[in-house]
Amino acid sequence: MIWAGPSPGRPDDQASESKSMIQRHWKAFGLSLAGVLGFTTAILVLAGAPPLEAYYHLLKGSLGSLNKTGAVLTAWIPLTLCAVGLLYTFRIGLWNIGVEGQMIMGAIFATAVLRWGVESRVPLLYLAAAFPAAALGGGLWAIGAGILKTKGEVHEIFAGLGLNFVAQGILLYLIFGPWKRPGVASMSGTEVFPTDLRLSFLPGLRFSPAGLILAVIALLLTAWMFRHSRFGLVLKAAGSNPIATLLFGERPNRYMLLAMLLAGGFAGIAGCVQVSGVYHRLIPSISSNYGYLALLVVMLSNYNVFVVPVVAFFFTCLNVGSIQLPMMLRIDSSLAGVIQGAWVLVALAAIAWHRRKVRPEKEH
Amino acid sequence: MSGLEWILLLSGVVSGATPILLATLGETLTEKAGFVNLSLDGTVLLSAMVAFMVAFETQNAILGFLAACLVGALVAAVVVLFSLWLGQSQVAVGFVLTLTTRDLAYFLGNPYTRLHGPQFSTFPIPFLSDIPVLGPIFFHHNWMVYAGLALIGFCWAYIYRTPMGLRLRAVGESPKASFARGDNPAKLQWVYALAGGVLVGAAGAAFSLCVKPGWGRPQGAEGTGWIALALVIFGGWHPVRAAAGAYLFSLLQVLGIYFQGWIPSVPAQVFQVAPFPLMILTLLIIAYARKTATQEAARRRLWMKSFLDFFSGTAPSALGKPYRLESF
Repeated sequence: MIWAGPSPGRPDDQASESKSMIQRHWKAFGLSLAGVLGFTTAILVLAGAPPLEAYYHLLKGSLGSLNKTGAVLTAWIPLTLCAVGLLYTFRIGLWNIGVEGQMIMGAIFATAVLRWGVESRVPLLYLAAAFPAAALGGGLWAIGAGILKTKGEVHEIFAGLGLNFVAQGILLYLIFGPWKRPGVASMSGTEVFPTDLRLSFLPGLRFSPAGLILAVIALLLTAWMFRHSRFGLVLKAAGSNPIATLLFGERPNRYMLLAMLLAGGFAGIAGCVQVSGVYHRLIPSISSNYGYLALLVVMLSNYNVFVVPVVAFFFTCLNVGSIQLPMMLRIDSSLAGVIQGAWVLVALAAIAWHRRKVRPEKEH
Repeated sequence: MSGLEWILLLSGVVSGATPILLATLGETLTEKAGFVNLSLDGTVLLSAMVAFMVAFETQNAILGFLAACLVGALVAAVVVLFSLWLGQSQVAVGFVLTLTTRDLAYFLGNPYTRLHGPQFSTFPIPFLSDIPVLGPIFFHHNWMVYAGLALIGFCWAYIYRTPMGLRLRAVGESPKASFARGDNPAKLQWVYALAGGVLVGAAGAAFSLCVKPGWGRPQGAEGTGWIALALVIFGGWHPVRAAAGAYLFSLLQVLGIYFQGWIPSVPAQVFQVAPFPLMILTLLIIAYARKTATQEAARRRLWMKSFLDFFSGTAPSALGKPYRLESF
């Protein structure tokens, strides 16, 4: 097995209850934020943009109005769903980079169900069925990577990455082939679904509460599972010591597949939310890179289920706030991605630095 | 299709493969030393952007090329720094960097989009380019294409025929043994990660100064790094086979454009997916070829043995495992 390096996750959400732990966490959080602000300011100066104005527009563009906040929440839902799923796979020591493809598969399965529902007399039934179908699609795609890992000895990063691109290929094929709009096939996606096949918006806001409820349920369920269920415990045990887990009569491989299934399922639901609650059709960029971004969110949250929604919120604020940067300051909106990536890097460095200080005798 | 068209097509394959070839050779070199640099995709974009920016500002393509190599080495250095010095997962850092460098490229490259800048011009090699068929296919390009072709042979000879190459393979197979022999594994991994980074940077320059001149969002180099990572595995960590993979992919790409008229409903991007199932297949075959039952069965069937020999390869045993002195 290659890359059997240090297990990626050191989930210590149970220990984080103690006050000093929380204090230290916030201290590290603040320090990394300061580091990131320094780096971003330097980048902005390099690009010849006024840093303070850029920060102002980021803030105003994300939280400046009710509409903008609605857009932030709309992006927060799929990002959080993907990140929650990743908590399961990180917990058992799997690097589920395939979450992007799992989200795409979920979106494809959801679209398939919704297409059947067009002109049906019970559209709500199809809308409700789209969610389990999407979870199934994402889950199957994840199980594919899982079986390649457990049976075929293919590392989950390569399997997941490969399947991401295959899913993207299938998505493009469907949009340009069998599911193209009558007459024209274009990058703008499939035909828009009728209103009764969409998740309804809150009055005055372009944002659907159903997705928000789903994301919150996913968070609470996961927090409960990790803290109180035997499943959460075995996941953690299998992640840190698979052989001991085997000796205790549990099969690590089975738990790996289960973790993958859950991660894929949540990602699939995220894809369904994108299709039924945001775009109302299937588009080539349906995943909006949220799968990859969710990996960053989970890393920056230090694999803690309670920190994930907060970090996801910060990240979506950056994403939404950066949209108006090209118009206001003539700088590219990819500034958001630069800040997010730099933030995770600084945090990784801070964590490593902290480890060196705590256990200097173990390092050279 | 007439003979002339075939020659043009193959000539396009050879020049189009150059960036992927360079990135693939670079990553092969890095992974041979047991180090994984997952940041390829973003690094290619960032170095492509820097190559064009520097070339545009100085009106000198060579300077742009050198700057791109430097960027490639710098990004690789960050991955090594985090992995070997700070003890963080190579995969995690590489992945974060691949996203960050891509966005950094778009952000800093914004003022340079859709500009016309210097690029490497074609330089037919005297005499060689006059050879019928082979001349126009191989010897009627710019010097980066020639450098890529020469590098295939150089990498092979270096890895398999020199004492330095032996030490390189030793680090990738067993850092412990390498250390016992008197080498410093961490230092060797530093060297080959940086060398690989330089080649990945060169791949970026090959995009913005030759194959797809200029800068934009999207540039057209998106995905190259991931494809190169897949091709390293498809090539079984062997530079010549990996290079063959790069040309095969380039051929697929060109054919995809040529034959798009036959199946107009399928966009050309769908063909780009091809290396990834092949990568998974190669990994599966590698895993199965190691099993004794498979080896038994293959001994009795010649076709199966040659099939396995063709597709399988061995990953450097210590690939991705950070080396620590206290580990023994």
